[in-house]
Amino acid sequence: MQADGNKPSRDAKPECRNLTALKRGESATLDRIDLPEDDARRLMELGFLPGHSVTSSHAAPGGDPRVFRVDGSEVALRRETAKHLILR
Amino acid sequence: MDDCHGASTATLPPPAAAPARRHIVAIVGPPNSGKSTLFNRLTGLRQKVANFPGVTVEHRMGRVKLDHHREVFVVDLPGVYSLQPRTEDERVTHDVLAGTMESLPRPDAVMLILDSTNLSRHLALAAPILSLGLPTLVILNMADDLDRRGGDVNAAELSRQLSTPVALISASKNVGVEQVLEFLSGGTLTTVPKAPLIQLPVIQDVPKCRDWAANLSRSTEYRAPAPPMWTRRLDAIFLHPVIGPLVFLAVVIGVFQTIFTGARPLMDAVQAAIATSGGWIESALPEGALRSLIVDGIWSGVGSVIVFLPQILLLFLFIGILEDSGYLARAALIADRTMAKIGLQGKSFIPLLSAYACAVPAIMATRTIENKRDRIATILIAPFMTCSARLPVYTLVIAAFIPEKPLLGIFFGTRAAALLGLYALGFLAAIFTARILKSTVLKSTRSPFMLEMPPYRWPTLRSLALRLLDRSKVFLRRAGTVILAVAIILWFLSSFPLKDGKAPEIGDSFAGSIGHFVEPVLKPLGFNWKIGIGLITSFAAREVIVGTLGTIYAVDGTSESIGLQEALRHELSPGGAAALLIFFAFAMQCMSTIAVVRRETGGWGWPVVQFAYMTLFAYVFAFLAYRIVN
Ligand SMILES: Nc1nc2c(ncn2[C@@H]2O[C@H](COP(=O)(O)OP(=O)(O)OP(=O)(O)O)[C@@H](O)[C@H]2O)c(=O)[nH]1
Ligand SMILES: [Mg+2]
Repeated sequence: MQADGNKPSRDAKPECRNLTALKRGESATLDRIDLPEDDARRLMELGFLPGHSVTSSHAAPGGDPRVFRVDGSEVALRRETAKHLILR
Repeated sequence: MDDCHGASTATLPPPAAAPARRHIVAIVGPPNSGKSTLFNRLTGLRQKVANFPGVTVEHRMGRVKLDHHREVFVVDLPGVYSLQPRTEDERVTHDVLAGTMESLPRPDAVMLILDSTNLSRHLALAAPILSLGLPTLVILNMADDLDRRGGDVNAAELSRQLSTPVALISASKNVGVEQVLEFLSGGTLTTVPKAPLIQLPVIQDVPKCRDWAANLSRSTEYRAPAPPMWTRRLDAIFLHPVIGPLVFLAVVIGVFQTIFTGARPLMDAVQAAIATSGGWIESALPEGALRSLIVDGIWSGVGSVIVFLPQILLLFLFIGILEDSGYLARAALIADRTMAKIGLQGKSFIPLLSAYACAVPAIMATRTIENKRDRIATILIAPFMTCSARLPVYTLVIAAFIPEKPLLGIFFGTRAAALLGLYALGFLAAIFTARILKSTVLKSTRSPFMLEMPPYRWPTLRSLALRLLDRSKVFLRRAGTVILAVAIILWFLSSFPLKDGKAPEIGDSFAGSIGHFVEPVLKPLGFNWKIGIGLITSFAAREVIVGTLGTIYAVDGTSESIGLQEALRHELSPGGAAALLIFFAFAMQCMSTIAVVRRETGGWGWPVVQFAYMTLFAYVFAFLAYRIVN
């Protein structure tokens, strides 16, 4: 289910920039989702599509979970999930 | 199951008298797109509507009256993002559309309702729905919002591209709904649909579907609306790292104080009305058993519960504002940290919050939780949350035993604090239990937390008024059935056997004997036999204890002179009062809850374990409370 022909790899390599690197208000383009197929699928249905822009927004007190603006809607994710969403 | 949350389960309407086969039209769409709002408009029914995803969790059929004495049935369904179900509620929609749902034939047509303010994304659901090959009406809802925020869409062009009718409507403002009725009454329901001009994508491929939707919305001159600025401004406050939690705390304190003191005048008025009308009846009837049954049994029993209606309505008003405004989803977000510590996730928090109204719909709402074990754990802890049926008991005992003193000026007093403490206690018990469950029998890998944040909306007066009206009906129906029945039975039990042709001393009545029989078990908690009878009857429903005590003291002749609160002070030591509160906070005294847990977990195993655990938990802590306070 990983996007655009990228090889599936379960563990996000530390050098990959992922969603958690975004500061509030910052945007970046999503590259791929390193999660099992059906989790990745639901994330894509919610708007986290490779090639689309994601903006980091408000968070719960303590910074986790955080709301991301993506494809016209706002979706909250935990840090443990967000770190598997790799940025371009 | 109905007695707690009004109309709920999908009851099939009686078969139509019309000779023609009845047509069934399914309402499908992403969560929170306004399906239930439209369903209510069309059928005049009152499906629950609220501003967060995952409100509807089961199918519900309703009849739409068309002209010429014709009718169509529409089915409201849980929201879905695709036809690949991940949760129990999504499975319902999937099964209904596949025609594999028991008791419901496959729908003849579909109304696909999408949020027009987010069309580029929501149109992706059109691909799998259109490939079902059923006649379809595509409804673009929230036209008012689209317009206000400066968006635009060419519905006619979209209709041409998809070769299917498209209606731009606002379900909540009742604009354009006639186009929906036209579709339902036209011949289109039976004709085979044409293939769309624009070729459908492979529906399993999410990015392809999304690209297809983007192309489509581009070619129909869709102009996305400006972002919801108010939502962002409000989130800047409610999700502010410092101000957010403070606002949260202020709201909670305000709510409890209002529930305690704000409802007082109304409650006093109801109380006075009941006392006066009781007096009239008493003077109108000749002295005798019948008068005693009506005045002591029914009026005192049912009346002492009805007094709490204003308070319960106030609670539901707050819950209504919370749910309709969209703050609920933010509360779930804030609570996720805590939920993570006990091994659950923020999504479990939404059912738990609705359990403050009643555990029955809360347990139904767990259908939106993906992970099966998380779902069971949430079902098992939901009855610890303080439901509205506990409120009369808490208020009565607190008002009888705790003097009102200001803690924060007029904003927060000791009684409100005690009430808040009891709510907190229920929540702590829930957390403690979840922790144990999730680290032992229900251990599981974590499933990712993904929650769509709805935009904030103004709760409308109409929707809040309807909520209160429905809640009053439920409450009064319960008072007129369960509580009335218990009052009558209890009056008989406490007025017989006759002694020398006269009603016995209450201690020698049947009720007295039953009470004395259970007294040894309850003595360690500081309860006497009268409270014991109240406890027994409260297993039908919690607030029944208030009615029971009302009847017992009326038959006994005490409450007429001194009132129920005063009578309680005679019956209970402060330790006993504390024990009673604790017992009610923790025990699972509710038939409807047991029934719904059995249904949702598919067997008697869990409800039996849950009942035993909660009763034991309640007993032990009530015992400790009695010992510590005395
Ligand atoms: N502004 C506006 N709000 C609407 C309209 N239709 C519905 N809403 C609001 O949208 C929210 C969701 O409505 P529901 O009818 O509960 O949505 P649903 O599709 O049944 O949601 P689920 O059952 O969770 O899938 C509520 O707050 C409604 O008041 C509309 O036409 N305009
Ligand atoms: Mg709904």
